Amino acid sequence: MLGAARRQLGSGPMLGQVLRRLRPATAAATEAARGYSAAAREMTVREALNTALDEEMSADPSVFLMGEEVGEYQGAYKITKGLLDKYGPDRVLDTPITEAGFTGIAVGAAYQGLRPVVEFMTFNFSMQAIDHIINSAAKSNYMSAGQISVPIVFRGPNGAAAGVGAQHSQCYAAWYAHVPGLKVLAPYSAEDARGLLKSAIRDPDPVVFLENELLYGESFPISAEVLDSSFSLPIGKAKIEREGKDITITAYSKMVGYALQAAEILSKEGISAEVINLRSIRPLDRAAINASVRKTNRLVTLEEGFPQHGVGSEICMSVVEESFEYLDAPVERIAGADVPMPYAANLERMAVPQVDDIVRAAKRACYRAAPMAATA
Amino acid sequence: MAAASFTAAKFLAPVAARSGGDRAPLHASSSLWPRTKPAPRLRTRKALAVSDVLSGNKAAPAAAAHPSATRDEALELYEDMVLGRFFEDMCAQMYYRGKMFGFVHLYNGQEAVSTGFIKLLNQADCVVSTYRDHVHALSKGVPPRSVMAELFGKATGCCRGQGGSMHMFSAPHNLLGGFAFIGEGIPVATGAAFAAKYRHEVLKESGPDGLDVTLAFFGDGTCNNGQFFECLNMAQLWKLPIVFVVENNLWAIGMSHVRATSDPEIWKKGPAFGMPGVHVDGMDVLKVREVAKEAIERARRGEGPTLVECETYRFRGHSLADPDELRKPDEKSHYAARDPIAALKKYIIEQNLATESELKSIEKKIDDVVEEAVEFADASPLPPRSQLLENVFSDPKGFGIGSDGKYRCEDPLFTQGTAQV
Repeated sequence: MLGAARRQLGSGPMLGQVLRRLRPATAAATEAARGYSAAAREMTVREALNTALDEEMSADPSVFLMGEEVGEYQGAYKITKGLLDKYGPDRVLDTPITEAGFTGIAVGAAYQGLRPVVEFMTFNFSMQAIDHIINSAAKSNYMSAGQISVPIVFRGPNGAAAGVGAQHSQCYAAWYAHVPGLKVLAPYSAEDARGLLKSAIRDPDPVVFLENELLYGESFPISAEVLDSSFSLPIGKAKIEREGKDITITAYSKMVGYALQAAEILSKEGISAEVINLRSIRPLDRAAINASVRKTNRLVTLEEGFPQHGVGSEICMSVVEESFEYLDAPVERIAGADVPMPYAANLERMAVPQVDDIVRAAKRACYRAAPMAATA
Repeated sequence: MAAASFTAAKFLAPVAARSGGDRAPLHASSSLWPRTKPAPRLRTRKALAVSDVLSGNKAAPAAAAHPSATRDEALELYEDMVLGRFFEDMCAQMYYRGKMFGFVHLYNGQEAVSTGFIKLLNQADCVVSTYRDHVHALSKGVPPRSVMAELFGKATGCCRGQGGSMHMFSAPHNLLGGFAFIGEGIPVATGAAFAAKYRHEVLKESGPDGLDVTLAFFGDGTCNNGQFFECLNMAQLWKLPIVFVVENNLWAIGMSHVRATSDPEIWKKGPAFGMPGVHVDGMDVLKVREVAKEAIERARRGEGPTLVECETYRFRGHSLADPDELRKPDEKSHYAARDPIAALKKYIIEQNLATESELKSIEKKIDDVVEEAVEFADASPLPPRSQLLENVFSDPKGFGIGSDGKYRCEDPLFTQGTAQV
């Protein structure tokens, strides 16, 4: 398990370079939307998460971290770097390798008024603890008729990594978003990561916080407002990352970057795409999605997870329920391939959505000729 | 009752090893997480355990005198055990009359464990139970009428009818739930104990009497589940104020403990993790209470967890849906003859702590309490339709489904936790 983690760490810079190509479009869109000065400073998602944890621990002594390798090793992905030194071993707990055990312990501590932040080294390992996330955390407030609230955050890297095979590469957004009693967040940028993690820690209910390993090293422009320790983002609100009028593309986490890149390509072909960064998978910002679709009359849903019963399915249903008469074309769903993640790099690339897939689907929805792409 | 520490005769190794005077002082470490290794364990004598009972190979009982109780203590225990028994008998009646539904697991026969342990707790101490949780709730002080109303699925139940038989919660009583999956409650209980220690050492909040203690109740079947082992490890590693109380009633549903467990002496798993493990006769409330007192005080003083195996027996099937055909009649009659309530009654009379008619009047009183609970539950209203969507989230009620159809995140006060819907 640790070997895999280190290997993933080692692959970080290379993937970072790949992803950095996306940044001009992203930065331009963000700056246009928020009116940042060209000199705005940048911050990595890793720093954003680290500073959010640091500030919330500093503000509230009932916040503590627990997980494997979060303390002396500084986190398998270094998200908790420096926190052990600052807050000591009573508040930054290195646990044994026992997901069911320590997740349940954190839930019990939350029953008693503490605010645990549980790190899963990757969300794949949360499957060993899913009983506590769903049965012990998500349902207790309801079963106890509001007597037992569970202010807890489950966080860690989620989604397809690179070259780590089927058991270490999948997206849990749809899994957890299925469950009443959970809030499920998936940040994309540094601003998202900071604002949403701070909200998650302050929230009185269980929050599943899905990060992405391949974004940790990515830098994003960040404003003074976002750097303020009081900054937070509302849970349940999507963000229009890029405005457009011809087609709506919904995405979350790493796929937001792909959607922005696709939007840039589409713009050169005269298609104006609106990119919605969902930020919150549950609750889902149905209002923002439907408002956008009513404007563009076309929808492409984009996610890395498996297609069946996925986030895209839910979004599509929401649009059918609320805005059916506004649709000018069938909804296009882009998702991961319906297979366990293969190891071979060429197969792996085919198993997750690529920018070309988004461009092609958008053109189809706009009734533009879209030749099939050559296989990778 | 002797207030001395566990004797070697009862407690195995860790305590015996410390009897030479090397027991760590209270809260000796300013850190929550001591790094020192425990002292080497010494094995002293074999304790009586399930395997002995089942093989008819009983070890000689300890030479120590039977623990005693004052009149007030004995009557308190008697009343609580009778309440547990009468309440559960009434549940069976009500179940067969269709007043309660789903899975209903009754506690008959095991009362000495709930009463022997929970009656020693303070309000701030926590109890975490299983699907067999009604009587733990009663012992912890949850009013019988609100437990009964919960079982009836009524709005006046302790969880407004949203929990049910297997999920009793009461925040004011620090009853942190019945957990319906095997092993699931143990980590949550360990977390409550973690919070008690955190409040004491990080938040500097705990009272002068020491740490708040958590009791985790679970059965023999759970002791083959990984979460049991995971939590024994962490509870001892971090010296958490918890007592792991095994209600070994010898059977899962139809799977005998000895058919399921490589070494049926569960108490032995305590010393394997560096904590005391003790076996006690779970049909004798005074013996249970004596062991419980020591384990709870030990936890309160910050000396860490204890594993207590209470050998007991359920007088009914696993649940009211269980035909109970696999347990042998002679085994059932063996334990029926050791009914913990009859045993306490005999003790009270023999010791002249109370008269038979005084005990009768307690039984009459409890009869009335249980009757009243049923009348209350029966007369109570069903939960209103509006309740369906409440309490999914703690703040605010009905998150995401407000009457105006708006998400609460649209309220700017959202992340401050003060939004109103």
